[in-house]
Amino acid sequence: MENFIYSMIIAATPLLLAAIGELVAERSGVLNLGVEGMMLMGAVVAFAVANSTGSTPLAILAGAGAGAGMALIFSVIALSLLANQAATGLALTIFGIGASGLIGQSFVGIALEPLAKLSIPFLTESTAVGRILLGHDPMVYMALALAAGVAWFLYNTRGGLALRAVGDNHDSGHALGYNVIAIRYMATLFGGACAGLGGAYLSLAYTPMWAENMTAGRGWIALALVVFATWRPLRLVAGAYLFAAVTQLQFYGQDWGLPIASQFLAMAPYVATILALVIISRDVNLTKANAPACIGKPFRAER
Amino acid sequence: MIRKFTLALAGLMIATGAYAADLKVGFVYVGPVGDFGWSYQHDQGRLAIEKEFGDRVETTFVESVPEGPDAERVVRQLAASGHGLIFTTSFGYMDPTLKVAKMFPNVKFEHATGYKRADNVSTYSARFYEGRHVIGTIAGMMTKTKKIGYIASVPIPEVVRGINAATLAARAIDPEITTQVIWVNSWYDPGKEADAAKALMSNGADVIMQHTDSPAALQAAENAGVFAFGQASNMIKFAPTKQLSAIIDDWAPYYIERVRAALDGTWVSTDTWGGIAAGEVQMAPYTNMPDDVKAAAEKAAADIASGAVHAFTGPIKDRDGVEMIAAGATADDGMLAGMNWFVEGVLGDLPK
Amino acid sequence: MIVLEPRPQPSRALALLSPVIAIVLTLIAGGILIALMGRPPLEALRIYFFQPFEEFWMWLTLPTGEREMWLYTPSEVIVKAIPLALIGSGLAVCFRANVWNIGAAGQYTMGAIISGWVALSAPEGASGIWLVPYLIAGVLGGMLWAAIPALLRVRFNANEILVSLMLTYVAALLLDWLVRGPFKDPLGFGFPESKEFQPGFIMPVLVDGTRLHLGVALAVIAAVALWVMMGRTMKGFEVRVIGAAPRAGAFAGFSRDRTIWFVMLLSGGLAGLAGAVEISATVQQLQPQINAEYGFVAIIVAFLGRLNPIGALFGAVILAVSYIGGENAQIMLKLPKAVTGIFQGMLLFFLLGCDTLIRFRIRLARPRVG
Repeated sequence: MENFIYSMIIAATPLLLAAIGELVAERSGVLNLGVEGMMLMGAVVAFAVANSTGSTPLAILAGAGAGAGMALIFSVIALSLLANQAATGLALTIFGIGASGLIGQSFVGIALEPLAKLSIPFLTESTAVGRILLGHDPMVYMALALAAGVAWFLYNTRGGLALRAVGDNHDSGHALGYNVIAIRYMATLFGGACAGLGGAYLSLAYTPMWAENMTAGRGWIALALVVFATWRPLRLVAGAYLFAAVTQLQFYGQDWGLPIASQFLAMAPYVATILALVIISRDVNLTKANAPACIGKPFRAER
Repeated sequence: MIRKFTLALAGLMIATGAYAADLKVGFVYVGPVGDFGWSYQHDQGRLAIEKEFGDRVETTFVESVPEGPDAERVVRQLAASGHGLIFTTSFGYMDPTLKVAKMFPNVKFEHATGYKRADNVSTYSARFYEGRHVIGTIAGMMTKTKKIGYIASVPIPEVVRGINAATLAARAIDPEITTQVIWVNSWYDPGKEADAAKALMSNGADVIMQHTDSPAALQAAENAGVFAFGQASNMIKFAPTKQLSAIIDDWAPYYIERVRAALDGTWVSTDTWGGIAAGEVQMAPYTNMPDDVKAAAEKAAADIASGAVHAFTGPIKDRDGVEMIAAGATADDGMLAGMNWFVEGVLGDLPK
Repeated sequence: MIVLEPRPQPSRALALLSPVIAIVLTLIAGGILIALMGRPPLEALRIYFFQPFEEFWMWLTLPTGEREMWLYTPSEVIVKAIPLALIGSGLAVCFRANVWNIGAAGQYTMGAIISGWVALSAPEGASGIWLVPYLIAGVLGGMLWAAIPALLRVRFNANEILVSLMLTYVAALLLDWLVRGPFKDPLGFGFPESKEFQPGFIMPVLVDGTRLHLGVALAVIAAVALWVMMGRTMKGFEVRVIGAAPRAGAFAGFSRDRTIWFVMLLSGGLAGLAGAVEISATVQQLQPQINAEYGFVAIIVAFLGRLNPIGALFGAVILAVSYIGGENAQIMLKLPKAVTGIFQGMLLFFLLGCDTLIRFRIRLARPRVG
């Protein structure tokens, strides 16, 4: 059980990183379906930098930068040129898969040292709880801190208020004097940076190597998690951990000898997401209160 | 005018297809060349051909071709663009390869791991289970918990055969050993492979084997301080202190032999199933183990190569206790090719 | 800073010109990329984007006897475009209603599963007439899978983007389980594939020596029918009104729920049909890999076609050309597959960006202060 929870936390981290960024973007009214592509670019660039400089902080930063760079492409096309956000996001994913494959060609078959784990004498090693809570690499805590920071920002700062106002109704946000496009640019770039971090976590810590298309669909899961969490950062943390737990179940379940075909165990996370979505969405007040009403809609300032 | 334009175009297209080499060799890969697993190893074979024959051959590959509707077109385009010898390197290319072979009787085809042949279609595969026998022997001597963890891709005979061969060899050392199988339903998903390894290790497996393509599981084992084996390539870089050995797919000898035959005009359709003796299956250096285990591993490999030992020698019972191979008999290739049952000692689901 | 000024009315000339500008920009950017990789840019671009058209030209102009070989590549473009067009035209209608069915890949897979089940359980010696129930089964399979997000959306307000997306994975795993279990060919040496379909279940080929099949007629008929429906019928008007202004639609007596059901079942049914058509025409059996990613690519097809069903036909051809160009570039120029993705991504970026020109004039200006 200890190991199950331990692996669950690790499996949740890339999802949480990518999803918290997407949450911010969506809260500002931007639906960016390019998470998978941004994660891949983050993964490959972080790996390349770690491999050539040996510096982990620099690699993490570079991963975030690569994700933000991808988000910038999205922003120019979808926010400035008002193209459809769903289509632009999909194009971003296709582009990211290709571009990361090309950049990564020379990094195949190279291993990296995984990120160092936290180790507090006595506390980490002595108990299971200690290992689960205090025995992870820094990015695990970074993801949680980021989620807490976003929660604080959204509900306790003027910037957060502006962001939510713009997402809920861009016209009145504009009337109140907010620069809708600028706010959305920043939210989208933040989202890209977080997705890049999620990718960097994969190539630096989860499986410290580069392999083409190594995100294997995690970007899409991150998108689902945002809705699952009804656009609330703390629920997102719970959702990411829950989803990771169900994913891990497909392996531990086989190990425990559950008499179910592995394909059905593998379906479980997706079915669970649908069920959770139904339960949450049934309560209209629950979703209405948080769902950004202007999500996916282009905005152009009238005089 | 129209006619002139057409002729000009034709000239342009022929120029594109022009080549100086005696033979153009095409390869179709199921994964990206960068998977560092199955497709990567086939590509190493391709590079070996280029090195061996230099300017006499020109090689081409098409990567990440799904085993579906696209395969036929890719194989055909290779045939139509002047490739004289085409290797299709995944099971799912079997029917497309045969279909195209019928349309291009003068082009020679080689299909990996399939069972349908024609006058211009050979099949080839490698007896990886021989390598599994060797790693099973090592695992049997190295395990303390008597639990081997096995990360399996998809339930096809090739994978089942490997699980059985390793388990038989390990249980020959100690009959209390069991092999726990986890299917990840994918050949290639680094995250899942690592997660499966962690699940196995948490349940007490202290030697990890894998039949999936990425080095992720090995890397997870290294980080957890558990022994493991590499797959397809020597993955020692990913687990310098924990890789015991690796089963290396070495397609170079076969590819070089077949290209030479095609160049000499002696190519005929065959079915080749080479193992350790033929050099198609190689063992990475035996590392991170005591000398007696190393000696036992070397002996196991030598006995397999000389034919003194067969990895499937009876009596062998399946999990339900039904005798599948009688005492003293060995499994024939037909049984090996269609193996869809687990031997005693294997734990985990086997879809029927 | 870029400032967009709306045109009094959308520019007709630019509507036609914008795809051309986008393609030219893609060619320039792509050419630079290829030159940076040390390959001949013009040659590469020719192979990527123009070779199928060149070969079609050859087929048109050469005399009988010499021309046949040139039809293969163009015919493969069409073969590749058929499922994309079928799914894309349905999605175009769906998206017009502002309903976001992202899970066409799952509906495609389900269509293949249900129709495949019909093919596998038919009596020996089934004749060609069986193709009709076979295709209907495909439509029903797709509708069934699309009905789930529709129901959950209408009854429980669950987001259809996510439900349909999650169901894609479920369908893929279900297919995987079926071909390794109940549908597995007992004589297939344990490999994960079903028996081959009987001849009665195979889409008729239209031109000997190619794989060009009857599905092309289905794709064109579907696109034209949907175009007529959208432009000329009350139902199409309803879909457009609900999509553009749901409140106005409600005043007009249109039901949003009914529209969701309609467009989801329509797009799901077409995706299911595409699945049935594709496996019958190309692989002729059920297997784990049936190119279900067409369901995602078709989303782009719908947008390339500007959410017009007829436009989706052209969008499908453009994407098919780039896929086949990518394969040929690997064969002829040894360019890695990743380049294809980059090309497709860039083409879409430019197309989406250029479409802005139709409705807006672009001016450079200082940012407004305040």
